[in-house]
Amino acid sequence: MSPLPSLARPADRLEAMLLIRAYELRLAALAAETGIPGTCSAVGQEAAAVGVVSALTGDDLILTNHRSAGHLLARGADPGRMMAEVMGRRDGYCKGRSGSLHISARELGVVLTSTIVGGELSLATGVALSQTMLGRPGIVACFFGDGAACEGIFHEALNLAAVWKLPILFVCENNQWQAFVHRRETMLAEHISGFAAAYGVGGATVDGNDVEAVRAAALEAVESIRASGRPFLLETATYRMRGHLEPDDQHYVDAGELAAWRARDPIAQLRSRLLAAGGLTDGEADAIDARIAARVAAAEDFALASPWPDPAGLADDVYA
Amino acid sequence: MEQISIERAIGQALAEEMRRDARVLLLGEGVATKRPELVAEFGPARVRNTPLAEAIIAGTAVGAAATGLRPVIDLLFAPFLSYAMDALVNSAGKLRHLSGGQFEFPLVAIAMTGAGWGVGSQHNHNLEAWFAHAPGLKVVMPSTPADFKGLLKSAIRDDNPVLYFVDIGLLQQAGEVPAGESLVPLGRAAIARSGRDLSLVSYAKTVPVCLEAAARLAADGIEAEVIDLRSIKPLDLGTVLDSVRRTGRVVVVHEANRSFGVGAELAALVAEHAFDVLKARPLRLGGPDAPAAASIPLEQAYVPSVGAVCEAARSLLRCD
Repeated sequence: MSPLPSLARPADRLEAMLLIRAYELRLAALAAETGIPGTCSAVGQEAAAVGVVSALTGDDLILTNHRSAGHLLARGADPGRMMAEVMGRRDGYCKGRSGSLHISARELGVVLTSTIVGGELSLATGVALSQTMLGRPGIVACFFGDGAACEGIFHEALNLAAVWKLPILFVCENNQWQAFVHRRETMLAEHISGFAAAYGVGGATVDGNDVEAVRAAALEAVESIRASGRPFLLETATYRMRGHLEPDDQHYVDAGELAAWRARDPIAQLRSRLLAAGGLTDGEADAIDARIAARVAAAEDFALASPWPDPAGLADDVYA
Repeated sequence: MEQISIERAIGQALAEEMRRDARVLLLGEGVATKRPELVAEFGPARVRNTPLAEAIIAGTAVGAAATGLRPVIDLLFAPFLSYAMDALVNSAGKLRHLSGGQFEFPLVAIAMTGAGWGVGSQHNHNLEAWFAHAPGLKVVMPSTPADFKGLLKSAIRDDNPVLYFVDIGLLQQAGEVPAGESLVPLGRAAIARSGRDLSLVSYAKTVPVCLEAAARLAADGIEAEVIDLRSIKPLDLGTVLDSVRRTGRVVVVHEANRSFGVGAELAALVAEHAFDVLKARPLRLGGPDAPAAASIPLEQAYVPSVGAVCEAARSLLRCD
C-alpha cells in the first residue's frame, strides 16, 4: 500500500480540504465549459471527508459512493489519475471504465465503491466480515448519505453489523439533499444517528462543517470500534452547496438556506480559525493555495494527455 | 457407486469444500439450523444463520468475496433473489469490470425453484435467464445428484459469482455419485442419451422428461439425443452444435416460461451457427407466459410434458 498523506496537523487538513474543493470546482467548470461527463460533487462537505479519513490508519478500509472525491483525495489519491478516470481515460484508477461514479482504488484501501445509493452499505458488512475472519487489523469506514438512510439496505446493514459485531464505522454524511429532493420531504427526523440506538449500537451526530469536531468524534468512534469490535454510526451534519449533478443551476434550492450554509463554509471556518490562533500564517496559507492550484492544473494536464481506452478491451475484466 | 439424494449431494459438496479451504463459509436463512453437522465440524463462524434479509445476505457475500473469503449463500427460493439483485447484478456482476479489474467475486448463491411443492410463483419461478443475461455472472442448473455435487464443488472453486439453482422437483431424487473427489466443470454439457434423429436440449427437471420422451420415441424407431446443459452460462455451445450438426433438428425444453428465455437464446445460436444443416425449424418448449400457480395440477401442467416433447419431436420429423 502507498504511504498515506499525513493529516495529523490542522494545516494538513486545511490543505486536504482545499485540494478537494479546487479539484471538484475545476471538474464542475470543465463539465459546464467542455462537456466532459458531469460529476456528483460534495462541495461543502470537505470537513466530513477529511475529518473522518484523518482518524483512520493505513490498515483501515473505506467504502464510498458516487460522491467519493473527498474520501479518495483525503486518503491520498492522485488527483491526476482521478481526473483521468472522470474523463474516461486509460490512466484513471479504473482504466477509464468507472468514470466519476464508482472509483475504487484498492492500493489506497478504497474498495468496492458503488453508485447505487445504499450499495456501499450492502457490501461493507462483507468487507468487515473478511477483516474479522481473516484476522486483519483494520476496521471498515463506510460513507453514505441521508438518501441512503432511506433505503431498506441501511437498516439491514446496521442490524447485521450489530448482531455479528462487525467493526464498521458507518458515516452518514447528512448533506440535506437526496439527489434533487430535500431531506425534509423524505424523513420526519432531523438526524440519522437516532437509528443507532434502535439497533443497539453507538451513534452520534457531529457538526460536519467543523473538521476538528468531526476528527475528534471519528477518533472516539474508531477507538470504541477497535475496543468493542462493534459498529458505530457517526452522522456528520453538513450541506451540499452545489447541485446533484454538474452542471446544475440549483433553481430549486432555497436561497436563504444556501446562504446560511455558505456562511458556515468548512474551509473558510478552519482557515480563519487557524489564522486567528496563530496555527497558520498568511504566508503559509498563500503557499498552500499556490500548491493546490499547481496540483490541480497538473492533474488536468495529466488527464487530458492520457489516451482513451482501446475499444478492443470492451469485454475485458468481466470474468476472473 | 453410492446412491444418494440431491439434498445429500449438496451437503457433501459443502462439507468437502469447507474442509479443503478455510476461506469457504456458508451464510443464509437457516443454514446453521438445517446443517448442524457443518456447524459441528466447522464452527458457528463459518456456518451462519442470517436475518431474513436477502439484500444484506447477498451484499455481505459480495463484500466478503472481494476481500478474501469464498462465501456460499443459501437464499432459499429463487424469487427471493429479486431482493438480492443489486448486490449480485450491480456489484458482483459489474464492479470487476468497472473497477478496471481490481476485484474478483468468488461466491455461490444457492436458490430453489420449480414445480414440486405447490408453493406458487412467489416461491417457484425459474428465473435463471435473468442472471444469464447479466454480465459477470455464471449460472448452473444441474439435474443429477453427481452433477449437483460436482458442479457445486467447481462453483465454490471458481473465482466468479455463480448462481446455483436447485430444482425442487428433483431434490429428493437419488442417483449415483462417484466416491471421493469428483468435480464437474462449469460450462460443459453432458450427452444424457445419444441419438441420430433429433436433439433435445434441456436442463434441470425437464432432462428426465426428455429422457422419458426419448425412450417412448425409440419405441417408434425415432432416436432422440438428449443434452443436459448443466451450465447455462457459460454455455457449452460446442456440444449443442455438434449434436445438431449430426441430427439436423433441435427442440429446446425447459420449465421456465418460454418468452425471452434460455430456449430463445439457444434457438438463435443454432440458427446463427448451424442454419445450413437444419432440416426443420428449431422449436422451444417451455412454460406459458404466466406466473406458476400453487394448485398441484396447474403447477404440473406448467412444465413441458413427455407427451408434448414427443409431439414436438414428431412434428419436426414430419417436416422431412
